[in-house]
Amino acid sequence: MPTTTIAGHAVEVNDEGFLTRPDQWSDELGSELARLIGIELTDDHWKLVHFLRDDFAEQGETATLRRVSTRTGTPVKSLFELFPGKPAKKMAYVAGLPKPKGCV
Amino acid sequence: MQAFVSHVTAALSGGSQRSGYPWGYFRIMTTTTRSLVVLGAGTAGTMVVNKLRHRLPTTEWRITVVDRDDAHDYQPGYLFLPFGLIEPDQVRRSRHALITEGVELVLGDVDRVDPTAREVSLLDGRTLRYDELVIATGTTPRPDQTPGMLGPEWHRSVGEFYTYEGALALRESLAAFSGGRLVVHVTEMPIKCPVAPLEFTFLADDFLGRRGLRDRTEIVFVTPLDGAFTKPVASRELGHLLADKRITVETDFLVEHVDQERRVLVSYDEREVPYDQLVTVPLNMGADFVARSGLGDELNYVPVDKHTSQSTEHPSIFVLGDASNIPTSKAGSVAHFSVEVFAENFVEHARGQAMTHSFDGHANCFVESGGGKAMLLDFNYDTEPLTGTFPLPRLGPMTLLKESRANHLGKLAFRHLYWNLLLPGRPLGLPAQMSMAGKVPAAVSA
Ligand SMILES: Cc1cc2nc3c(=O)[nH]c(=O)nc-3n(C[C@H](O)[C@H](O)[C@H](O)COP(=O)(O)OP(=O)(O)OC[C@H]3O[C@@H](n4cnc5c(N)ncnc54)[C@H](O)[C@@H]3O)c2cc1C
Repeated sequence: MPTTTIAGHAVEVNDEGFLTRPDQWSDELGSELARLIGIELTDDHWKLVHFLRDDFAEQGETATLRRVSTRTGTPVKSLFELFPGKPAKKMAYVAGLPKPKGCV
Repeated sequence: MQAFVSHVTAALSGGSQRSGYPWGYFRIMTTTTRSLVVLGAGTAGTMVVNKLRHRLPTTEWRITVVDRDDAHDYQPGYLFLPFGLIEPDQVRRSRHALITEGVELVLGDVDRVDPTAREVSLLDGRTLRYDELVIATGTTPRPDQTPGMLGPEWHRSVGEFYTYEGALALRESLAAFSGGRLVVHVTEMPIKCPVAPLEFTFLADDFLGRRGLRDRTEIVFVTPLDGAFTKPVASRELGHLLADKRITVETDFLVEHVDQERRVLVSYDEREVPYDQLVTVPLNMGADFVARSGLGDELNYVPVDKHTSQSTEHPSIFVLGDASNIPTSKAGSVAHFSVEVFAENFVEHARGQAMTHSFDGHANCFVESGGGKAMLLDFNYDTEPLTGTFPLPRLGPMTLLKESRANHLGKLAFRHLYWNLLLPGRPLGLPAQMSMAGKVPAAVSA
């Protein structure tokens, strides 16, 4: 796995730039990852990012968009406003988690 | 009905009937008749009861299966109905005829499961007590979950082929179609048979070509995914096919609503896809009683151990087929392979022993690609669909991820195998575990 330096920390990423080791993540890193995709994290963003982190710790996989929406009570429309274009992928990226598998 | 009800109740309350079964350990382990209740007599439920009836002595286990109606459909046939490639009577049979002797079929709608009382209530007020429960109620298209999908144009310019009625209505719409924009659309993953929308697209291309309408039709495939399919090697191969057939793909499209008046799909990020004929796959969800019983996730799928199909919360509940949350395709082939593993395990579980068999997520799907050809995908939890060949007993080696006539014939032959071997629980000769024999590893094929 390639290693890269983000916010002064050496982290392992895959070829799409997603962190491959969720334990290398921190809030500071999250802000920097968001900045790299042009997002300034607000409280609304943080609520979702922290939900994703907690849910991953419990479930062992990244929550799908629907799961984030129902569990946090955030309408899907708002998820698209907060993480434009590809909210599921972008949330996972910022939270240092693998892309949601979602489906086979 | 009344006599039937008391019959069921009597059957299920069992009593302390002594076991006459000659094998010593059964007699020692069990002195009363226990009750296995299976919810859903579709692909998985039918195989479960037919297989287990032959494995569990009638003196030890009563087996009851519940379904809301008496029509068992061969759902893969829905794909062919809209093009007139199969007739309605070839896809539907009475459930009674498919269920082996010694199994009681109860017709009724499941309202709720109470895992503490080990009781199932039906909507009409009847209750069934169980010692062990199998949930096999599948997944259903839910157009009601997308604003504007159900409306005056439902089953007309807004078509679908995931139900018997929908597939038949679409046959009418396609017969009257004279060109324009044909949009094939997937609402959200997961859906059962995730390749079916692509197959529909390929068959539509073929159908329109034969009717001389292809040049007057723009075919668009609209998906919430970032490519034709989820798995990389398959996505690449299927992507080529779409391009070859001049089919446009709109990716990362999550529908927010359907505007039937303007005939457009509108996404959450405010993109619009206009259509003349829409063929949508609505959101697929597990049964509502799963949610009412507090057993499901966001889409009413029951969380299970992916190797044993046992509920993570309730050890006497197993979930087979599309109703569970296992991370593989929702497909008849998966139901088949996982039921084989489950049947072995359940016999052990019934004796109070540890379950020693493990399901690997094996899925095997023929993909119709039009022009009398098909491809074959074979994969499991750990290995994505690869290229190469697949050793199919009786029909010979099939090419994986490449179009061939043999694959198409294999797909057609499958309907007969389904009714005559698969549902009765007879061996097909296909191993439940996926094998790497003949497959080309991704690193080499790339
Ligand atoms: C268009 C299409 C094409 C397909 N093609 C393929 C293919 O090529 N290959 C393949 O492997 N798979 C294919 N499939 C998928 C396959 O049909 C399903 O995966 C399979 O039938 C799942 O079996 P199941 O037993 O889990 O669910 P089902 O067979 O759907 O059975 C569920 C049963 O539960 C009953 N039920 C539900 N709720 C209740 C309730 N509340 N009370 C009472 N009864 C209830 C229903 O009536 C139904 O009979 C296709 C599916 C479709 C729609």
